[in-house]
Amino acid sequence: MTVQELPGAAAYRPTPPPAWKPLTDPAPLLPDPEPYRVLGTDAVADADPELLLRLYAELVRGRRYNAQATALTKQGRLAVYPSSTGQEACEIAAALVLEERDWLFPSYRDTLAAVARGLDPVEALTLLRGDRHTGYDPREHRIAPLCTPLATQLPHAVGLAHAARLKGDDVVALAMVGDGGTSEGDFHEALNFAAVWQAPVVFLVQNNGFAISVPLAKQTAAPSLAHKAVGYGMPGRLVDGNDAAAVHQVLGEAVERARSGGGPTLVEAVTYRMDAHTNADDATRYRVDSEVEAWRAHDPIQLLERELTGRGLLGDDGIEEARAAAERMAAALRERMNADPVLDPMDLFAHVYAEQTTQLREQAARLRVELEAEQDQHGHDDVEEGR
Amino acid sequence: MTTAAAPAGERAAKARPATMAQALGRALRDSMAQDPTVHVLGEDVGTLGGVFRITDGLAKEFGEDRCTDTPLAEAGILGTAVGMAMYGLRPVVEMQFDAFAYPAFEQLISHVAKMRNRTAGAMPLPITVRVPYGGGIGGVEHHSDSSEAYYMATPGLHVVMPATVEDAYGLLRASIASDDPVVFLEPKRLYWSKADWSPEAPVAVEPIGRAVVRRPGRSATLITYGPSLPVCMEAAEAAVEEGWDLEVVDLRSLVPFDDETVAASVRRTGRAVVVHESSGFGGPGGEIAARVTERCFHHLEAPVLRVAGFDIPYPPPMQERHHLPGVDRVLDAVARLQWEAES
Ligand SMILES: Cc1ncc(C[n+]2csc(CCOP(=O)(O)OP(=O)(O)O)c2C)c(N)n1
Repeated sequence: MTVQELPGAAAYRPTPPPAWKPLTDPAPLLPDPEPYRVLGTDAVADADPELLLRLYAELVRGRRYNAQATALTKQGRLAVYPSSTGQEACEIAAALVLEERDWLFPSYRDTLAAVARGLDPVEALTLLRGDRHTGYDPREHRIAPLCTPLATQLPHAVGLAHAARLKGDDVVALAMVGDGGTSEGDFHEALNFAAVWQAPVVFLVQNNGFAISVPLAKQTAAPSLAHKAVGYGMPGRLVDGNDAAAVHQVLGEAVERARSGGGPTLVEAVTYRMDAHTNADDATRYRVDSEVEAWRAHDPIQLLERELTGRGLLGDDGIEEARAAAERMAAALRERMNADPVLDPMDLFAHVYAEQTTQLREQAARLRVELEAEQDQHGHDDVEEGR
Repeated sequence: MTTAAAPAGERAAKARPATMAQALGRALRDSMAQDPTVHVLGEDVGTLGGVFRITDGLAKEFGEDRCTDTPLAEAGILGTAVGMAMYGLRPVVEMQFDAFAYPAFEQLISHVAKMRNRTAGAMPLPITVRVPYGGGIGGVEHHSDSSEAYYMATPGLHVVMPATVEDAYGLLRASIASDDPVVFLEPKRLYWSKADWSPEAPVAVEPIGRAVVRRPGRSATLITYGPSLPVCMEAAEAAVEEGWDLEVVDLRSLVPFDDETVAASVRRTGRAVVVHESSGFGGPGGEIAARVTERCFHHLEAPVLRVAGFDIPYPPPMQERHHLPGVDRVLDAVARLQWEAES
């Protein structure tokens, strides 16, 4: 029943509300519906050739890293690996766009971004190898631990950026999340806090089409994930996630905005996950080959390589050199990952509290006795090898 | 308590080896077939059949409205299940991994566990929350937590954990049929354990809350559940050599807790060790030891001992074997039960 049908409704005249205007003009916040592109368009004229070549070398290295890490899962050297093959442009651009003092908040899929930021390739893999939850000092590298529970790192990024700003440091935090992660409550709370506080944060959503098996259409009914920004009062930007130059430019502008006090930005990079969710997943159960092939034709490395060769910036030598460098990285990674990590089981108790509790001291003593008995039994020191 | 019968009209069939995972899937299927209000929802439960394939085939058989891939949001999944249950459905929710159920804690504790109480019994919530839980599968961070202590500390929830293929089927059917919310903890390292089992034959569906003696013995009682049951069974076999005849009690559920079966066993044996892989401090073992002591004080020859995981965040997989209580730690505790000699 509408108001008009109510008895006596005709006589009812609502008081007009007081003048109202939106807090923020939504128009400038709205993303262009078409993902932004640079490669193969006029916009490429403004691109710095040196940056493009750097992006290229890193993309080639990144792809090789993904292949090597996946191979290591087959040899049992890694417990699991969520490959970012196909998404390298996002990973690399996210790393390269940041200054040294900035912070990266990666998800479990973003090993590559961490490595491109300068993290030791083996240290970046300890979580997935299974020897340490985080094999590096996050403060030293300004890379938060690779985060497994989805979207929970986003509020952390907001808090860190906010704190830095309060301290007067012009530090920016860039937080990465998948399309599925945008459904989590933490995503909402992080974006809202960031917008209200005008925190210097950039949210990068890598929309790779699927959250494990669930396609975007079952994840959201929004026109795009970038559109979600408007409701929080921050700009949303859509970018072709396979166009490294475009991702770098859009993220660069967002970082600049954040650094200069302009507040947060939500960037949605439209890309595709070429491999399965992880090596343990069977992607044929939820997607068809033709879709994968269509995206293969839009490969991030090929896009950039074509641009660079077409403009005479890259020749066969340059391509060869990038590949050779990637091979050297892979060989070194293979060799180092083939060595058993040296683990001390007593470390289990080392970092639970600043000061060990009596209970933990007792438990540590118990384990030490067990380990000594084990050692006596085996007659050799396989404990140190962690096998 | 409601118990579900096996679907009618089925004839006994030959037993075949089946895994716990298959038995769980079968329990879901049979529950859905029997009761059109049973709905399954969660992340990847539809097309993929769940990351552990427990829900495989359900979306095909019953349609996406009854086996639904949800957006990726645990609080949202459980929160919408609350509404569904309020409207007369029987939602079975899958949390993908133990540690990923935590975003849903607010819903679980403030709403799921309390709705019956808040509405003076008017609005019970027959929700089953399935959680693949526990360690021992080499999972990386956040994939191996044992969260039973959190759940059992929340009045209003049942906390159920099968350790055998038969119980996986029977207890899940009973949980779904229960008019109260059940947190159903699936020991993921036992998913691939097998038993000769015939899902077509009528399967006894026990009311939840009854413990069972898995191995009779006279020297001491091992009280355990879920992933630690096989460890205790192995320890009991090994203890024979030492001249110890151990009784093993499988609790099958922490809430309700079967005081009778446990106390009867401890009164017979006079000694008890509680074994579980979640941390000992503030863990289920403390509660169980206290209850046993209260009921069996005059029968006890030694203090009730606990063998549990260390009080540390779940370690990386390469170190987990040091954390998980194994046969040796259980036998060590059994040796310490010779209290007089020691003190
Ligand atoms: C809170 C939480 N729930 C569930 C999971 C299990 N899980 C791991 S990855 C994943 C899918 C994530 O998809 P998306 O956010 O799109 O990122 P992508 O894997 O595509 O990079 C799920 C459901 C998790 N890690 N955290």
